[in-house]
Amino acid sequence: MIFLQLFWSYFQIGLFSIGGGYAAMPLIQHQVVEVHPWLSMTQFADIVTIAEMTPGPIAINSATFVGTLVAGLPGAIVATIGCVFPSCIIVLTLAFIYYRFRGLSLVQGILAGLRPAVIAMIASAGISLFLTATCGASTLPSDLSQVNVVALLLCAAAFFVLRRWKVNPIQVMAGSGLAGLILFSLF
Amino acid sequence: MKKTDAKTFAQLFLSVFKLSACTFGGGFVIVPLMRKRFVEELRWIEEQEMLDMTAIAQSSPGAIAVNAAILLGYRVAGIPGALLTVLGTVTPPLVIISIISLFYQAFRDNAIVNLVMAGMLCGVAAVILDVVVDMVGLIWKQHRILPVLVLLGAFVAVRFFAVNIILIILICGIIGAVDTLYQDKHHQKGEPA
Repeated sequence: MIFLQLFWSYFQIGLFSIGGGYAAMPLIQHQVVEVHPWLSMTQFADIVTIAEMTPGPIAINSATFVGTLVAGLPGAIVATIGCVFPSCIIVLTLAFIYYRFRGLSLVQGILAGLRPAVIAMIASAGISLFLTATCGASTLPSDLSQVNVVALLLCAAAFFVLRRWKVNPIQVMAGSGLAGLILFSLF
Repeated sequence: MKKTDAKTFAQLFLSVFKLSACTFGGGFVIVPLMRKRFVEELRWIEEQEMLDMTAIAQSSPGAIAVNAAILLGYRVAGIPGALLTVLGTVTPPLVIISIISLFYQAFRDNAIVNLVMAGMLCGVAAVILDVVVDMVGLIWKQHRILPVLVLLGAFVAVRFFAVNIILIILICGIIGAVDTLYQDKHHQKGEPA
């Protein structure tokens, strides 16, 4: 039963994450934090962090992570298969159409229409992560005393470095990790 | 011109395996590396075809790296090739994350790791917000009202009303399709026959 749930959740994540990279993030959050009680928001934030620091697509990384936590290695494999299954069917169909007709303008039109919505969803998931990092919860805190000022400053500094010097994200995260170790143990 | 000898299968598998194991930063990074390997080094695929493959990989649902691997495998060795490249692409993250998740609890209970993870989470939040700012900028530069409305509408729906994400994707996909068809029609009318 748990395998079927894992497969179905990751099938939906694989089917509806369009536009790559961060597009899968809000869907993963929806399925594994909101629909199923598989991860807490902190664990979800951890898997996003781990996925950023290791090779491989975030959807596959999270499939393995969630699958292992919920049902061991078989769970990891089932979730991963669920995640790539829709891609296999759809990409092979599109490849077939491409080699037959060499035209994909409607598909690209749909993609263009989806892009703003995907950005909006990534923004929302990003805000949830930002609030988790700075207030320990994914929604706005009721009073300002819950805000961790050091974390807020660290986020702001990392954001400034990224905007100003276009530094590689991995380096920014490694730097933030080191800064976190020093600052959070001092304050 | 599909190849099905053992050497081709081995080369195909090892190429995508290595690319997947060593590529940090997801689909937008792995695709240029695939181009280098399959277009420049192995010369299995033409330049233009690789561009089209990239477009298909980006327009299809799922991870871009997995989609591109499916296309490469299919192009070189048919369906068996596609299955082989999918396996080659998902195996490295599967192994790496399995090992990490085995140690996750012990790892998470460590006080030092906790501080580092809290710091890195600030970095991740900044990275994602940075990406969002870039992407919103691209939408803004189109100087069209519809994408901006879709962006704001989708944001309010998901953030404040917790509308199901899949429903939002379906609705916005339909809006995109209708918009494209309408623009195509408009374009054809405007052009002299």
